[in-house]
Amino acid sequence: MGYVAIKGGGRAIRGAEAALETLRTAEGDAGTPLSLSTIENQLRLLTSRIVSEGGLYHPRLAALAVKQMQGDTLEAAFALRAYRSTKPRLLEAPVQDSGEMRLIRRISSAFKDIPGGQMLGPTSDYALRLMRLDLANESPESFRDVARRFMDNVPETDLPDCFPKVVDALRAEGLLPAIDGPAGTPFDITRDPLVFPVARSAALATMARAETGSLLAIAYSNMRGYGDVHPTIAELRVGYLPVMLPHPVTGEPVEAGEVLMTECEVVAMYEGSDTDGPPVFTLGYGACFGHNEVKAIAMAILDRALQKGMRDGPRNPSEDPEFVLLHVDGVDSMGFASHYKMPHYVTFQSDMDRLRTTQAKVTQPRRQGENA
Amino acid sequence: MNPNYELPLDEADYSFGFLDEFAKREVRRTILKAISIPGYQTPYASREMPMGRGFGTGGLQLTLSLIGQDDTLKVIDQGSDDSVNAVNLRHFVELTCPGVNTTERTTEATLIQSRHRIPEVDLTESQVLILQVPYPDPLVVVEPSEAKRKVMHGEGDYSRLLTKLYEDIVQFDEITISHRYPTRINGHYVIDPSPIPRYDVPRLYRSKALILLGAGREKKIYAVPPYTVTEPLAFDDVPFRTEDFRDANGHRRACGRCGATDSFLDELIAEDGSKAWQCSDSDYCNQRLAELAQEVSA
Repeated sequence: MGYVAIKGGGRAIRGAEAALETLRTAEGDAGTPLSLSTIENQLRLLTSRIVSEGGLYHPRLAALAVKQMQGDTLEAAFALRAYRSTKPRLLEAPVQDSGEMRLIRRISSAFKDIPGGQMLGPTSDYALRLMRLDLANESPESFRDVARRFMDNVPETDLPDCFPKVVDALRAEGLLPAIDGPAGTPFDITRDPLVFPVARSAALATMARAETGSLLAIAYSNMRGYGDVHPTIAELRVGYLPVMLPHPVTGEPVEAGEVLMTECEVVAMYEGSDTDGPPVFTLGYGACFGHNEVKAIAMAILDRALQKGMRDGPRNPSEDPEFVLLHVDGVDSMGFASHYKMPHYVTFQSDMDRLRTTQAKVTQPRRQGENA
Repeated sequence: MNPNYELPLDEADYSFGFLDEFAKREVRRTILKAISIPGYQTPYASREMPMGRGFGTGGLQLTLSLIGQDDTLKVIDQGSDDSVNAVNLRHFVELTCPGVNTTERTTEATLIQSRHRIPEVDLTESQVLILQVPYPDPLVVVEPSEAKRKVMHGEGDYSRLLTKLYEDIVQFDEITISHRYPTRINGHYVIDPSPIPRYDVPRLYRSKALILLGAGREKKIYAVPPYTVTEPLAFDDVPFRTEDFRDANGHRRACGRCGATDSFLDELIAEDGSKAWQCSDSDYCNQRLAELAQEVSA
C-alpha cells in the first residue's frame, strides 16, 4: 500500500460542522427556528438545569446554548461554563438571605403545618404521568388562554411572597444545632483548585454546579443503603432570591437583580454529639440556580453524608469527599469520556508493542514445556 | 428573565487569548512555581475552555497564558499538524490571538503544543514544549486517593509503583507500561510525562527546551526545566526499553514515505490487510522528503 495522506483534518472538521448544522435545520421549509424566549419559557426546566450546571445565572444564554447544542444538556452547560471563563470576577457577593426569597413553591415533609403554610406551587409531583395528547396539536389560541385564565383567577394576595424558614423554627426549639458564628470567607471553586481535605463551602459550591444525574446517582446509593442519612425534608423552596450587592459608591446593599433558585434543607437523625450539649438533629443543605428539585435534594443528602465522612472517615463512596466531588462535574466527566474518541494511534502503537513482546515471551516457553 | 432583554450582539468578542487577564496571570504564577519545583504537580484553578476536557484544555491554558504576538506556535496531535484536534486547537488560537504566527515547522516554532508526542528533532533553548496531560499523577495506578498520593509524593515514596513494575516482571517477564512511563525528575518527584510513547521519554533528559505539562481537568501544572536530569523508573538488571520497531528478521522498519529508520512509526493497515509503517511526526517526514527531492534535483 501507499502512504496515508497527512492532510485534510481542517476540511473534515468543516464538513462535520456543516453536517451538524444541516441536521439542526432538517425540517427545511416546514421548520420554524426556535426562539430563545420559547426555550427559556416552554423548556424552563431544561434552562434551569443549564444555568445550574453551567454555574452562570444567564437564562437567555442558557437558552441559546440549548438551541446551539440541539438539546444536549451536558454540551449546553459546558458552553455556558466556557463563556464564563472569559469574564473576570468583579466582586465577592455578601451572604444572601434565602429567607428573602419570593417563593413560588415551598413544602415541608417534616411538619403538616408550617409558618406561612405549605404551598405546592408549580409541581408535577402529583400529576398523573399520562400522555396529554391534547398538547400534540395545541393551537396558539388555547396556548395563550391558559396563562390568561390562570392570572384572572388569582387574587392579588396570593401572589408570591416571602415566608419564614422552617429550620429557623426547629432551631428555636433546640432540635437543630445553633449556627456557629459567621461563616468564614467561602471557598471559590472557580479561583482555587480542590486540594483535599476541603472546606464544606468548597463541597457545597462544587455540588451546586454538579451534573444532576451524577449527583443523583451517588445520593441514591446513600439512600438505598450505601450510607445511612435517612433524611426528612425540613423544607424545599423554589423562588426568586433578590441578589443584594454593595452599592459601588455608598457601599450600602442594593438589590442588583434576582435569581430563580431551589433550596433544600434535610434533617437527619441525631448522633452522639462530640460536644457536651444535648444531642440534636443534623442538617444537610442543598441549593442551586434554577428550578431543580431533585438536584437540591440529592445535594442536601450528600452534604450530610460528606459532613459525616469528613468527621468520622468515609465508610461509603457517598461519604468520601474526593470520590463525590471529583466525579460529579458534568463538564469534566463528559469531556473525558468524549476524549476517547480522539486519535490514540501513538499510545495504541505502544500498547501493541508491549502486548506483542509479552505474547512472544509467554508463548515461547509454553511451546517448549508442553510440546503441544 | 426580563422578556425585553436582548442579548448584546458583541458578546462573541473575546479578549486576546480568550481567558481573562486574571486567569492568565494565575496560570503564569503557577508555571513559575512548577519550574521552581521540578516535577511537582502544582494545583491551579483551571478554567473551562470551549473544547472538551480531555482535548487539551490544560495545554491550551498554558499556551494562551504564554503566547504573545511575537510568538510562533506549532500544534501537533499524534505527531501530526493536521490531525483533527491539532487543527481545532490551532484554529482556536488563531481566532483568539490575532497577530500570532502559526507554523508546521518544528524548527520555526517558539511554542509547541503537543498531544502524545515530542518532535523528532531536538528542541532548543528558545523553544517551549507544552504537553497535554490527561492523568498528571503516575501514582494513580496504585492509589486512587489524591490526598494519599500527595503524601506519597512528598515523602518520595514510590515503593508501590516499583512493586507494580516488579510484579509485571514476575507475571509477564516484561514491564507492561506502554506509554505514560513514570519518570523521576531531578532525583525526587516521579511524573507522568503525559501519554508520550516510551520512545520519547529519553528526549526529556537534559532537554534544552523548557517542558511544561498541563492537566486541565485534573487542574495541575508541572514542569521539566531545561537541562534537568530525568530517569524513567527501572531496575539495575531490567533496563528501560523503548518501542521495538524491528521486523521478524531483526531489521529496523523504515517509514514507507520518507524512508527514515530513526523515527517513531505509525502502523497502518491497508484495505487488503497488508501493513505499512510511516513517521508519526509529519513535519519530520515532510522535511526529509523535501531534502531527498533537493538531493535528486541537485
